[in-house]
Amino acid sequence: MIFEQILFFIAAAGAIAGALGVTVSRNPFYSVLALVAHLIALAVLFLLLSAEFLAAAQLVVYAGAVMVLYVFVVAYIGGSDEPLQPVRGPVARLGPLFAGVLFVEVAIAVIGSGLKALGTRGPEVQTGAGREAYGSPGQFGELLLTDFLLPFEAASFLLLVAAVGAVVLARRRRGLEDTGTVDDLARSSPESDDPRPEMVPQGDPPVPTGAGAS
Amino acid sequence: MDIEWFVVLSAMIFAIGVGGVFTHRNPLVVLLCIELMLNGSNLALISFARMHGNGDGQVFALIVMVVAACEVVIGLGLIVAMYRRRLDVDVDALSELRG
Repeated sequence: MIFEQILFFIAAAGAIAGALGVTVSRNPFYSVLALVAHLIALAVLFLLLSAEFLAAAQLVVYAGAVMVLYVFVVAYIGGSDEPLQPVRGPVARLGPLFAGVLFVEVAIAVIGSGLKALGTRGPEVQTGAGREAYGSPGQFGELLLTDFLLPFEAASFLLLVAAVGAVVLARRRRGLEDTGTVDDLARSSPESDDPRPEMVPQGDPPVPTGAGAS
Repeated sequence: MDIEWFVVLSAMIFAIGVGGVFTHRNPLVVLLCIELMLNGSNLALISFARMHGNGDGQVFALIVMVVAACEVVIGLGLIVAMYRRRLDVDVDALSELRG
């Protein structure tokens, strides 16, 4: 029990430190690294709540895949560490104050709520490796394919739409003068026989015979 | 460890994310702060799932993770498109829909 409390406070301190590091650091690259640390600390908290599958998904999908995407984009754009300009809007100046007020409000709402079970550790659940165990992949799969089938399918469709949208957004246009209207997007499909000079190097270069065969 | 602690911690993470969204001008960091807010809500969902002792809240959290991944993909695609068209990568400069 005492071990659990120590682990909670270590992980909570790591999560808060990571979150503060994301917002405080001026270089976006350090922000991304701080978010990775934050996600790892959150995975420990998920394990304390006996959500083993979600902790694994958090580490593999979030801290692994999504953060790699962030790192690539930061490396592509270049971490322009922006100095804080003295002239900012009132929204930016009142931001930390608003965040503090929001935290106090939510904390009062949580502590003062009438939910009796908030002060407990939750009911005893079956943990372990069984199919019925709490937070196991078996329980997840059963819930996703029975009770939550429609949200599951909607989520997969959302992923498909996002993938197509990312390809449309990030592909290379013809030039800077191209304003990229909807008609233009429809016309400039890769199948068009429009001889563009920058499309030529995308074809296979003529390989000298014998060079690539061996 | 009581569930209350986890919920208060998730509120704190969410508030830090809100403050970051307000104070930053780089859209990359704004996206990272939105991730923080989503993670705080995920922690609250999982805490309440543990409080009730069933897995429904965990399924919600998984779907929130899917939505977060979609949001990252679209947001980063927008930022890359902005950068390619030599626009200023700054949320204050992008106040119009047409670039």
